Amino acid sequence: MNQVAEPIAFTPERQKRVDQMIANYPEGRQKSALLPVLHVAQEQWGWLSSEVMDYVAKLLDIQPIEVYEVATFYTMFHLDPVGKNVIEYCRTGPCCLMGAEDVYAHLKQKLGIQAGETTPDGLFSLKEVECLAACGWGPVFQIREKYYMNLTNEKVDSIIEELSQ
Amino acid sequence: MSKKILLEHAHIEGIETFDTYRKHGGYEALEKAIKTMTPEAVVEEAKKSGVRGRGGAGFPMGMKWGFLAKPEGVPRYLVCNADESEPGTFKDHYLMKTIPHLLIEGMIISSFALGANKSFIYVRGELMYVINILQKAIAEAKAKGFLGKNILGSGYDLELVVHPGGGAYICGEETALLESLEGKRGNPRNKPPFPAVKGLYQCPTVVNNVESIANMVWVINNGGDAYAAIGVGRSTGTKLISASGHIKKPGVYEIELGLPVEEFLNSDEYCGGIRDGHRLKALVAGGSSVPIIPANLVYKTANGEDRLMSYESLSDGGFATGTMLGSGGFIVFDETACIVRNTWNFSRFYHHESCGQCSPCREGTGWMEKVLHRIEHGHGNMRDIDLLVDVAKKIEGNTICPLGDAAAWPVASAIRHFRDEFEWHVTHPAEATRPGAVYMGEAELV
Repeated sequence: MNQVAEPIAFTPERQKRVDQMIANYPEGRQKSALLPVLHVAQEQWGWLSSEVMDYVAKLLDIQPIEVYEVATFYTMFHLDPVGKNVIEYCRTGPCCLMGAEDVYAHLKQKLGIQAGETTPDGLFSLKEVECLAACGWGPVFQIREKYYMNLTNEKVDSIIEELSQ
Repeated sequence: MSKKILLEHAHIEGIETFDTYRKHGGYEALEKAIKTMTPEAVVEEAKKSGVRGRGGAGFPMGMKWGFLAKPEGVPRYLVCNADESEPGTFKDHYLMKTIPHLLIEGMIISSFALGANKSFIYVRGELMYVINILQKAIAEAKAKGFLGKNILGSGYDLELVVHPGGGAYICGEETALLESLEGKRGNPRNKPPFPAVKGLYQCPTVVNNVESIANMVWVINNGGDAYAAIGVGRSTGTKLISASGHIKKPGVYEIELGLPVEEFLNSDEYCGGIRDGHRLKALVAGGSSVPIIPANLVYKTANGEDRLMSYESLSDGGFATGTMLGSGGFIVFDETACIVRNTWNFSRFYHHESCGQCSPCREGTGWMEKVLHRIEHGHGNMRDIDLLVDVAKKIEGNTICPLGDAAAWPVASAIRHFRDEFEWHVTHPAEATRPGAVYMGEAELV
């Protein structure tokens, strides 16, 4: 018997955005829309499962492998389920000069998880990333589109508390 | 007083909106170019200005434009490189979020000069909030008739597309960026053919940095000659410097090229000096890829001349005693910084960001990271230090793109200038691995 799964499809609002993205590129170059469309897919599903990637491939009329090889190359795409808030913290030199290592140690202790892990309640995931182009305002991490800058242990505490509400 | 070309109006409230930007002279350069100049004349002004690629390479922009092939019936593209990812660099981030219309106006003028009817701004995907700011600015410009079909009744059409990256330092390399824009992995291409002949979709393409393009607004308003009169020698105009590290006032500053490094670092107008109670140990002047120099080479060159913020002066002394202006990522280290730890950190970055195409880079960056890790963590031996120099030498110049060089230079220069610190890590593993431990040894502080 066939399993009844929820069909994978963009919401109408997102489908409209995706159509516009594809129209941004010359005729026959719809593959150019792959990165922007993958961002929209991740926004909707939180991470990129192979089913979602296959769906994107069909949408752009390209082979699934063309999506897989791109999704695995770029670090912003999550290839496994993640928590509601993915904290992507910058580990690169200038942030570390500003005491980032201590702040992240505090962050990990506070959440009780390491980089690459998710809290049991599914609220937070930690991801170590390279330079976020905010070196003068470091230490810095990003949660979705928002940058949190000049981090201290106290700031980390209040951000986590706010997002735990 | 410092000369401001790009950030003159950055402090004005609401400058991110079309109306405020327009009120302060915005889009006048565009009107001038489109209504009174030919595309060739705009290219000529770019050449006269002497503006050099502000992403790090420093190649003259006008000359790059001059290489663009113009075969009949083939579209040409302008792509703005806003993939700013070089550690220590955040000036384009600041420029785009603060005064987005400056980039949009520069893009329209530059696209007009190159005869492009579709242009792209490739922004690193992490800056999605900046992408939204740019989209809004584009919509405003379009609504006012400065963008889209038949701009200002001139018959010239331009569509501007903002394209998000996906998180990859390598896409700041122009051919990797073009691959990425085509929806592929960011593997740099072999050159030739150069993008000017076969770039995006195998069509003639120019790729320029955000700051380079933004400069065109002032160049058109005031003329290329006036721009070239600012700065020093072949370092014309101003430069945005991203200042980070152990200084009192980190941030983005616009300087006239030729400003003494000492003034930039210590004056209250800029960095405000080393943070309280500390002294200068080392400087990376142009993003993590350029050689690190010790304090005694920061204010003066090896010849005893004042070190200036210019392409020529910063690289004076070559790799032996100089560094580079690069992207303007100015990272300052005081005596609390461990050079070995920082070098390991940068090496990890390059290993992480190597695309893996070329063996010397793919294998070499990982090898350097491992060796540096073991030295930093008290398991190194003296031979490791020479091994690092050897591996760095074998990466340099042997890869398709400059990421290999960028990975090699920080390691080679750190060992050149701070060898005793590496040796101390080997001879004193227990002390070296204590948190915050730093060997002062022979390092001269200023």
